[in-house]
Amino acid sequence: MTATAVRVDSAPAAAVKRRRRSLGWLAVVPLLAFTALAFGLPALAMLDGAFTAKDPATGATSYTTGNLTASLQGAYLTALLGSVKLSAVSAALGVLLGLPLAQAVVTSRFRALREAVLTASGVLANFGGVPLAFAFVATLGNAGVLTRHLGLADQGWDLYSFWGLVIVYLYFLIPLMVLTITPALEGLRTQWREAAQNNGATPVQYWRHVALPVLLPSLLGGLVLLFGSAFAAYATAAAMVGSSIPLVTLQIADAISGNVLVGQENVALALSLDMVLVAGLVMAVYLPLQRRSARWLA
Amino acid sequence: MARLTLWRWGVLGLAGLYFLVPLAASVVFTVDVPGQGVTFDAYTQIFSTDGFTSSLLLSLELAAATIAVVLLLMVPAMVALRLGAPRLRPVVEVVCSLPLVVPPIAFVAGIGTVLKWGPEHLSRTPLFQTFVAIQNPDFPFVLVLAYVVMALPFVYRALDAGLRAVDVRTLVEAARSCGAGWPQALVQAVLPNLRGALLNASFLTLALVLGEFTVAQLLGFQPFAVWIVNVSGSQAQLSVAVSVLSLLVTWVLLLALAGAGGRTRTASRG
Repeated sequence: MTATAVRVDSAPAAAVKRRRRSLGWLAVVPLLAFTALAFGLPALAMLDGAFTAKDPATGATSYTTGNLTASLQGAYLTALLGSVKLSAVSAALGVLLGLPLAQAVVTSRFRALREAVLTASGVLANFGGVPLAFAFVATLGNAGVLTRHLGLADQGWDLYSFWGLVIVYLYFLIPLMVLTITPALEGLRTQWREAAQNNGATPVQYWRHVALPVLLPSLLGGLVLLFGSAFAAYATAAAMVGSSIPLVTLQIADAISGNVLVGQENVALALSLDMVLVAGLVMAVYLPLQRRSARWLA
Repeated sequence: MARLTLWRWGVLGLAGLYFLVPLAASVVFTVDVPGQGVTFDAYTQIFSTDGFTSSLLLSLELAAATIAVVLLLMVPAMVALRLGAPRLRPVVEVVCSLPLVVPPIAFVAGIGTVLKWGPEHLSRTPLFQTFVAIQNPDFPFVLVLAYVVMALPFVYRALDAGLRAVDVRTLVEAARSCGAGWPQALVQAVLPNLRGALLNASFLTLALVLGEFTVAQLLGFQPFAVWIVNVSGSQAQLSVAVSVLSLLVTWVLLLALAGAGGRTRTASRG
């Protein structure tokens, strides 16, 4: 008796579920089709081009790993290493400077200040680019306001150098760090601090043994994310330094537009592939770390 | 406690110095021209400078088209994931995160390669006309395609945060049992509850498109950000003035949104 009742009830329910599922597929398919076209096609073209060589005499194409080898040699290797070095230094500084700022903002009692800082962080971290470069040229460039009024040029200051770029990059990396670490800092419970205090721990001991271990995955995740962001940055560097500093993004741009040598397009694609591999590595490290930090913050 | 407050204000003060000095110095740079004294020419010239209106309009048109396409693609998909296709959820999540793995410069290298297929292989096929059409310099639709892809991670996060706060299933079932059809339930019951998330996603996309430089420059189009760089060679003051204005306007827009919806933060979280 009960069994038949259940079956009678579940039949229409199953039908509804099936219809829902097909509707669900119907709504998701356009998105997947679009990304396959607008993202998958260029990605595949890049992959294909990175392994293709075109004979200039006959026009015949053949598959080769020559482009990848070329992209890891000479000027291209210098650019790749330059990018890695710049990104690593600025990411490390961004983490070290962003953490205290985020802590100061999180523990602040002024709601308006927090909202303003976090929104500004969102703007600067994601949408700085060209305006950012020009703000720094106007401030610390050769004819910049601070350079002129403080006579920095006489002391050997040059914005268009490695450390100049680090200072500019920090302008969007610190906000990115603040955005990344804020949820983790908000997840630090007051009870943990109180419990540590009740057991006689000093603030230093609390940070050393309680807060930092909980924050560690988020901090490492932030470091990796900052590295990736600095590594991929192009607009800021292009608007600021042209190609006076060897960076992989600038090299790709030069090779695509044929500024240096004609016929380097496939090497540009190989360099792009190198970048994707680095970015993929970054994500492969970042996502597990983020999941791990989420465990404490639930 | 007093020591702690002091420490906090010290950090905030230093950060304020670092973040505000370049902005303030930029303003000084634009009004205090060496040899001319204080002048506001850089600001009064903006509107009369060649290319300002057309490039800004182009950027706004691109932004409108991008927002429309990305919302039309993402909203039904995200709602459907909550309703009937939970198994597709990881797929959509991965698809929307993939653009993060491909830096814009690598992405545009790929797009450039695909666009070159047009003249090389497809010149005798009807597809060739499509290739020409999407590269029309008056309205390069290929940029919309690229921007939609680049906006996917932002929009996914914004919509996901919004949907998390709403019980979509109950809403739809309530609307359906009141006799509403599927489209009606979606438009009149679900969308109003997602207003904050939709606004948020739109503004993030707007900010992204207005500031985008890499793809547009390397494909040879001239929207707003590219114009700023092109004009900087001859008119340094002007380009800085426009840069500062655009940063401030974006910030104020997003701040207003945070005040209205209070969701900006959750969406921006990495």
